[in-house]
Amino acid sequence: MVKESSVKETEAADTPRIGVFVCECGVNIGGVVNCRAVADYASTLPNVATSVVNKYACSDAGQSEIKQAIKDHDLNRVLVASCTPKTHEPIFRACVEEGGLNPYLFEFVNIREHCSWIHMQDKENATKKASELVRMGVSRAQLLEPLQSTVVPVTNKALVIGAGVAGMQAALDIADMGYKVYLVEKNPSIGGKMAQLDKTFPTNDCSICILGPKMVEVSRNRNIQLMTYSEVEEVEGYVGNFRARVRHKSRFVDVTTCTGCGSCVQKCPIEVPDFEFNEGIGTRKAIYVPFPQAVPLRAVVDRSVCIDCGACIKACQSHSIKMEQEETFSDLEVGVIVVTTGYDIYDPEPANDFGYGIYDNVITGMELERLLNASGPTMGKLVRPSDVKPPKRVGFIQCVGSRDKKRNRYCSGFCCMYALKDAQLIKEKYPDSEVYIMYMDIRAPFRNYEEFYDRARDMGIKFIRGKPGKVSEDRDNSVIVRVEDTLTNNIYNLELDLLVLSVGAVASESSERVRQLLKVSRAADGFMMEAHPKLKPVDTTLDGIFIGGVTQGPKDIPYSVSQGSACAARATRYLAQGKATTEGITVEVDEDICVGCGICVPMCPFQALSLADGKLAIIKALCKGCGTCAVACPTGALQQSHFKNQQLFAQVRSVFTFEGE
Amino acid sequence: MAGTEWEPKIVAFCCNWCSYGGADTAGMGRFQQPSSLRIIRVMCSGRIDPMHVFNAFLEGADAVLVTGCHLGDCHYVNGNYKAQVRYQFLEEMVRELGLEPERLQLNWISASEGEKFANFIRDVTAQIKQLGPSPLKPEGVN
Ligand code: FES
Repeated sequence: MVKESSVKETEAADTPRIGVFVCECGVNIGGVVNCRAVADYASTLPNVATSVVNKYACSDAGQSEIKQAIKDHDLNRVLVASCTPKTHEPIFRACVEEGGLNPYLFEFVNIREHCSWIHMQDKENATKKASELVRMGVSRAQLLEPLQSTVVPVTNKALVIGAGVAGMQAALDIADMGYKVYLVEKNPSIGGKMAQLDKTFPTNDCSICILGPKMVEVSRNRNIQLMTYSEVEEVEGYVGNFRARVRHKSRFVDVTTCTGCGSCVQKCPIEVPDFEFNEGIGTRKAIYVPFPQAVPLRAVVDRSVCIDCGACIKACQSHSIKMEQEETFSDLEVGVIVVTTGYDIYDPEPANDFGYGIYDNVITGMELERLLNASGPTMGKLVRPSDVKPPKRVGFIQCVGSRDKKRNRYCSGFCCMYALKDAQLIKEKYPDSEVYIMYMDIRAPFRNYEEFYDRARDMGIKFIRGKPGKVSEDRDNSVIVRVEDTLTNNIYNLELDLLVLSVGAVASESSERVRQLLKVSRAADGFMMEAHPKLKPVDTTLDGIFIGGVTQGPKDIPYSVSQGSACAARATRYLAQGKATTEGITVEVDEDICVGCGICVPMCPFQALSLADGKLAIIKALCKGCGTCAVACPTGALQQSHFKNQQLFAQVRSVFTFEGE
Repeated sequence: MAGTEWEPKIVAFCCNWCSYGGADTAGMGRFQQPSSLRIIRVMCSGRIDPMHVFNAFLEGADAVLVTGCHLGDCHYVNGNYKAQVRYQFLEEMVRELGLEPERLQLNWISASEGEKFANFIRDVTAQIKQLGPSPLKPEGVN
């Protein structure tokens, strides 16, 4: 479908009349680059009809000036020298289109990120460089051609990958807006990390008590098709028209007949540590129901430890155990994708941080959650691992794996709060216990968080500001922590029964796999990167793909839930409109020159090219406009629009000047 | 130009999704750099044509940089692998032309690696300053 264009017809061959607009961006550019001088220089360049300075080119006033100038000077090309096309190209394209030009007759020159901000102390060279960048842009602008963007229909279904609290929220919101959602979860139950937590800050309400009903809501929602124990294997397509292949791993249990009664579990003779839900504390069987509130409440067989004794098969009254079950696949067609694949807890074992992995009584915050949980392996009785006795003296070390140049530089955000919470829970349960928190800074920024911190202090929890040095073990397995209180300059050798490491979040391997599948950018911290840190916090640079929750970076539950809703709102815009506009930049073939050699065909990763009757055929809807095939063309018949050879040659040539020019 | 230090002209082909964004991030982080760089934006490193690189040298570039997304991260699946293969051909060409190898460099820089981008530009510029103008630079070209 070609968009009806209300804009005036500009032929590529028309003599260019270029308008140059040099933006000061307040002092961002104007404080370093002499914009007046740049505009004056531009006015001497060939085919420049007008060249002016704007205070803020992207403001309403700035855009009006551009539109007015198109009329006043009969412009057929517009060049704006300001910030980055990554954020502002769509704005200016829309502006020139409103001014009556084809949006692709717009050229962007970056003199802020690529000039004024990186040459702040060198105004003279910054101005010179800005002039040269504009000169390069003007040469390219001469050769720009009008292009048509394509409007494509949108499949009105969504795929949500990852059913932790953020993904559940996203799925529920999209479903409640009336659209079908496929919710894919790699684990046998939905719920994510939140299902493992004991209580939640700052209200200390039971985590599964607030999450459980939401999990049930997800399973009951008619618009949500839940796919647990399943993974997305392949994704192709583009906004509005994604195709995803989902692998359903075999549970070896028929979920349509299993009732989750647990008789099979009782009979199973194999017992292994429960790493899936209880962090390796306590055990589970080879056949197990993930946890009492699991959704779906169905058994799953771990074939890696099963000995095929058949005890479960005999025990199951509904004949649901199917040891011959094979994995299956679904091919989904969706218009939008929401990624809420979550995170991993930082693992202190490989580096034996603070003796973790060496001393029995050094545990992580997540292990403590399971020990405190009433339905956990100890029924909520806090014990220390070495002798299963209740600890009298408990210490927390903050920022383990976070805010550390050797580990991860970022702050994981939620560890201060969960330590404050767990410390309070211990104090509540065992008022006689001594609880210490060793910290660098306490970060408690949102509603009732600071008050929660105050409460912890009032309860008598002791705070020591300092990062511990050495951790050692006593003969009775007590842990000795050497720490300097940097507020009082006292050095302590704290003797503790239990040491808890407040570990943070790290990007998970399974998230990374999904990221690579979808080609979402990766931020320096390893998490997925949003399209804009402030204005597009849940968008990605890929149209139709959104990220939420800890997938995008560490955050707590309320923030993750907000992002889940945000993803739903952003994604549903496409579903509601039923159409999306794709880039006009594609590859084009000059049939007079093409010899039908076919060298380009295998270059295309999207199968947009094929040979028919010795001629090249291009499926425009599949072409994503990367231009790789054009490089392979030996005759120059294949050209990437907007990045044609001539356009690039012209741009490179005008990097340079001849003496006296 | 008397009295001012010679500043090389370095042409960098940057892919829209990664290295161009890396240059933006360097700017946002205010990582100061020499003013030697001229970026040519393309959609993917797979669009970087050896012919354009060669041409940049002929026009007068003192160095040419081929940049893109990290392998595995190309927005268009595998354009950067194709760029890598083409780059090997270019390296050969640079050798045959008798150019110093420093004048042609390849780097994968993601959109978040602003500091890496800036360091790369600083390093290359320092290396090229040592070498002086490219022997291929036509007479009288700046
Ligand atoms: S998009 Fe960056 S290398 Fe292909």
